[in-house]
Amino acid sequence: MEKILVGLKRVVDYNVRVRVRSDGSGVETDGVKMSINPFDEIALEEALRIKERGEAGEVIVISIGSSDVRQQLRTGLAMGADRAILVETDAQTDPLTSARILLEIIKREDPGLVLLGKQAIDNDHNQTGQMLAALWGRPQATFASELVLDGDQATVTREVDIGLESIEIDLPAVVTTDLRLNEPRYVKLPDIMKAKKKPLDQIPLADLDIEASAALNETAFAPPEERQKGIIVDDVAGLVAALQDKGLL
Amino acid sequence: MTRILLIAEHDGTSVNPSTAKCVTCASEIPDAEIHVAVLAKDGASLAGEVAGLTSVDKVIQVDNPANSYPVAAILAPQIVAIADGYSHIFGPSTTFGKDLMPRVAALLGVNQISDIMSVLGSHSFRRPIYAGNAIVTVEAPAGLPVVATVRIASYASAAGGGSASIEAASVDADIPGHTRFIELRSGKSDRPDLQTAAKVVSGGRALGSAENFDLIYKLADALGAGVGASRAAVDAGYVPNEMQVGQTGKIIAPELYIAIGISGAIQHLTGIKDAGTIVAINKDGEAPIFEIADIGLVGDLFKIVPELEAAVGAASGRE
Ligand SMILES: Cc1cc2nc3c(=O)[nH]c(=O)nc-3n(C[C@H](O)[C@H](O)[C@H](O)COP(=O)(O)OP(=O)(O)OC[C@H]3O[C@@H](n4cnc5c(N)ncnc54)[C@H](O)[C@@H]3O)c2cc1C
Ligand SMILES: Nc1ncnc2c1ncn2[C@@H]1O[C@H](COP(=O)(O)O)[C@@H](O)[C@H]1O
Repeated sequence: MEKILVGLKRVVDYNVRVRVRSDGSGVETDGVKMSINPFDEIALEEALRIKERGEAGEVIVISIGSSDVRQQLRTGLAMGADRAILVETDAQTDPLTSARILLEIIKREDPGLVLLGKQAIDNDHNQTGQMLAALWGRPQATFASELVLDGDQATVTREVDIGLESIEIDLPAVVTTDLRLNEPRYVKLPDIMKAKKKPLDQIPLADLDIEASAALNETAFAPPEERQKGIIVDDVAGLVAALQDKGLL
Repeated sequence: MTRILLIAEHDGTSVNPSTAKCVTCASEIPDAEIHVAVLAKDGASLAGEVAGLTSVDKVIQVDNPANSYPVAAILAPQIVAIADGYSHIFGPSTTFGKDLMPRVAALLGVNQISDIMSVLGSHSFRRPIYAGNAIVTVEAPAGLPVVATVRIASYASAAGGGSASIEAASVDADIPGHTRFIELRSGKSDRPDLQTAAKVVSGGRALGSAENFDLIYKLADALGAGVGASRAAVDAGYVPNEMQVGQTGKIIAPELYIAIGISGAIQHLTGIKDAGTIVAINKDGEAPIFEIADIGLVGDLFKIVPELEAAVGAASGRE
């Protein structure tokens, strides 16, 4: 295939212990480390491996977000993507809007495969890929742990609650990644330099003709209920006694 | 009027427990009429099973040979075809529902509310974000269908004893041929199902090998428990992926959860926050798992677990 399109979302790094602002207005993101959504890094790694096997010509990374997102797109270019597209907006887009934007870019680029993460670890929506596939009228293979291309078809192994499911899909299609699809490569210093010369297109969201959607209104944020700190027992006898105390044995 | 359509999850032979949990969530929405759609190859007995759940008003049976295995691209247009007149369309937040419901939402032109953990009103819900580190209240726009998935660990199962009517629906939908189910490989086990077990024993990276994981199975069997694992244990190949507990695995709420040789990374803790009692066994007294454990035991699992298994056996023998 000629092109693979990969979604990269900028999110709070997964190692950060996220806290709700004391006034409940949202989650504290000031001065917090930001990274590529881990599932999207896996999506990009998979696209690069497909290209390296000679099964694709070009890997394009796309992000929807503020100009800060250029940093993550540059990282994607340093990993090996050929070019990047930033659809620029300061507002967080809702999943349906993100899917509509991605569809608009698909119309322009005509990729043979779209690789997204199964979920963005900020909002944990887990919907954009499925929505994009629906709007595009194409197959979706979510939670992929193995992807084998074969001409204009692909066989995908999906991680489902009861085990591993295989499906066959016609291309083009949307595939969303699970953690075990691959292990993303590290970026090397010379590649960071090279990435500076790769093209990064910035398209203001207003330049795309995207239908407005009725977003869900997020009205309040609260920390989760804390669990009470428990007891430490000295030995197995103590543990058994404590369990019996609670009627669990 | 509030009319809720639930999408039943099943494997062709029996209804998944997630369905009864969705019913409980739906029944918290005030003055709602609850219908459940069963899309199957031959759904007669499945529909009968669902009709027995209390609070269900009607079961809609959609039979089609194409529905012999759940493929989102095949089910979604059929659901859209019967969605007219429903204010809410809910499915479980299992891999089945997570795959399917956003496809339905997009076809209906709305966003989805993922992982409802509590109902505040017909259009107001609470859901976890940032791996459960924050809980957000979301209001769905009025006048549009509310499409959502239900976080099943937050709900008890609806009881039996109901007697809803069953209606066969013939559905006129374009069923695509672009997605074809091939096979399902599932590690059949006689142990209690991880997602619904009252007790769960999980092992982590510390087990060191698939063989050593036997220690976990033996303890689980002594307790009559289901078995789970951390991502590290799955990645290392000690156990299959469907045993992973956590943000990207299963979110569970057993009465008793025993974490063995698991450090307690935030992504793991997200999966067990609703457990009744959490027990941690870890040789590192500083491990974060002890911050949320109700009962902690610091020490070497290779010594403790066989002792515990023997003690549990003795304790249950005395009863
Ligand atoms: C996007 C994302 C999603 C993730 N999702 C999940 C998820 O769903 N579920 C999940 O579990 N993880 C998930 N992770 C991974 C998570 O961050 C941790 O890496 C993982 O949970 C660690 O597993 P562990 O506790 O088994 O291993 P470790 O962190 O290595 O902990 C091993 C523990 O065993 C103890 N130990 C060692 N030897 C012994 C002994 N002899 N006796 C007793 N104790 C011993 C050690 O003290 C240590 O605390 C995710 C990560 C990312 C980035
Ligand atoms: N703003 C965005 N920019 C680029 N990709 C996105 C964006 N939002 C979502 N995606 C893609 O969609 C996937 C699922 O996101 P979500 O539905 O929000 O959980 C992510 O892993 C990304 O691949």
